[in-house]
Amino acid sequence: MNAIRVRGLRKAYKDHQAVAGVDLDVARGEVFAVLGPNGAGKTTSVEILEGHRDRDAGEVSVLGVDPAEGGREWRSKLGIVLQSATDAATLTVREAVHHYAKYYGDPRDPEEVIDLVGLTEKAKSRAGTLSGGQRRRLDVALGIIGRPELVFLDEPTTGFDPEARRQFWGLIKLLASEGTTILLTTHYLDEAEALADRVAVLAGGRIVAEGTPQTLGGRAHADATVRWLSDSGHREVLTHEPTKVIADLSRHGELAELTVTRPSLEDVYLELIK
Amino acid sequence: MTTVVASQAAALPSTLRLGLARGGTELREFFRQKENLIFTVSLPALLMLLLGTVYVKEPAAAQMFAASMIGAGIISTSFVGLGMSVVADREDGTLKRLRGTPMPFTSYFLGKIILVFVSSLFEAVLLVVVGVLRFDLELPTSTEKWLTFAWVFTLGVVACSLIGVALSSIAKSTRNAAGVLNLPYIVLQFLSGVFIMQSELPESLRTVGSLFPLKWVCQGFRSVFALDDGYAVMEAAGSWELGKIALVLTAWSVVGLVLVGRTFKWSNTSR
Repeated sequence: MNAIRVRGLRKAYKDHQAVAGVDLDVARGEVFAVLGPNGAGKTTSVEILEGHRDRDAGEVSVLGVDPAEGGREWRSKLGIVLQSATDAATLTVREAVHHYAKYYGDPRDPEEVIDLVGLTEKAKSRAGTLSGGQRRRLDVALGIIGRPELVFLDEPTTGFDPEARRQFWGLIKLLASEGTTILLTTHYLDEAEALADRVAVLAGGRIVAEGTPQTLGGRAHADATVRWLSDSGHREVLTHEPTKVIADLSRHGELAELTVTRPSLEDVYLELIK
Repeated sequence: MTTVVASQAAALPSTLRLGLARGGTELREFFRQKENLIFTVSLPALLMLLLGTVYVKEPAAAQMFAASMIGAGIISTSFVGLGMSVVADREDGTLKRLRGTPMPFTSYFLGKIILVFVSSLFEAVLLVVVGVLRFDLELPTSTEKWLTFAWVFTLGVVACSLIGVALSSIAKSTRNAAGVLNLPYIVLQFLSGVFIMQSELPESLRTVGSLFPLKWVCQGFRSVFALDDGYAVMEAAGSWELGKIALVLTAWSVVGLVLVGRTFKWSNTSR
């Protein structure tokens, strides 16, 4: 059974169709990224899966349960990492993690979780005094304290500096390596590429492409561009047989500044969301 | 000690246990915020000190004034304080986070009830201490009076808490909520016999004041702290009307409960 199964999901706000027929399958243990520009319907879709929002139409099953009917047992298997929470500001990291551990039947050891997210040195600091990256790591700690089978991360690294992002990615990889299913939304392509087993691109409330980061949008089979410097200046050829092109060209001797490029994930993505 | 064979997942903690855990955390957070200590808890005591020094000229008046101020004080912690705290929970993501955990809504509410009772009690004690030290307030000695105090306190806190939470759904932000909650509170203090005897008000204003819980809570406390029951003649009705106090406060509790059930929102953007 898949961790998440969605068929024909729709949701409108007044006259704006935020989600316009989404199908989605996420296997257990998979890290799945939903990519898309702002307003594509990412947050709405995820909030429906989390049981935080009603849907207009469609079938949704999350860990075998319809989120609209999920009870406490179901919730205890989910981990939701909030996007911009500033709650518990006067509690220390340690107090907050220990408090949230009480909500679950079989929580992780709070001290271990604090260590896992790299906040051991900040355990006695109040949450309100943490930096943006530290605060988000606390959010992850509170999201995983209940030993969830499925974790939702909605744009987890927005506003992070590059170093904090790398650290955060390490944390997500660690969770994934323990077998936790992760659904991640992001508008950073490198994040999807670094973390996800599979990626779906959401645009205008629909999934416009789905695949591994390597094959998304036919990227693996796309024509390659061969560029080199000839006597008459820079030249480039778009070809589906770059090896042959280079073999032909190299008969005349060494090629200066030779490169072969395929569309980057970013090129594919920008083309898809047009 | 009993051994329970764990099924697939360990049992989730009970609603009551989680409610107690919430209460502990609520109190910890409440008392760590200076604005709560200054405005919600200390302001009524400060007002009593200032106004009392100007107006209270005789012991009987001190008793009445202190009683009314205690009434006003617990409404500050329940109606204003709780309403504000729910708005803040919605604004900072507390409610959104809790909704994503297996904690039942009832536990959240139990936590709030614990917060309001403890902070209200704290405030009442503070007022009594100020009253005793500065105005020679005499505490009632009969069990009967203390029983009256207990039920007026409880019903008043419950009714005002529920209305405060219901009104919190109107306010979009804490800045907004300060106005939504403080305006009725301040106006009602003038109409309910806290600052001005109700019998000195024009009838129309008196009627308006009598529609809301504050007047009844204060009247109940005046019945507790009055030097003797003869002072009941100074009330608008000429008696303590204890039955009516219970009735009005219960009615407001029911109204508040229904409103909370209908209007409670987990976030400012949900649905």
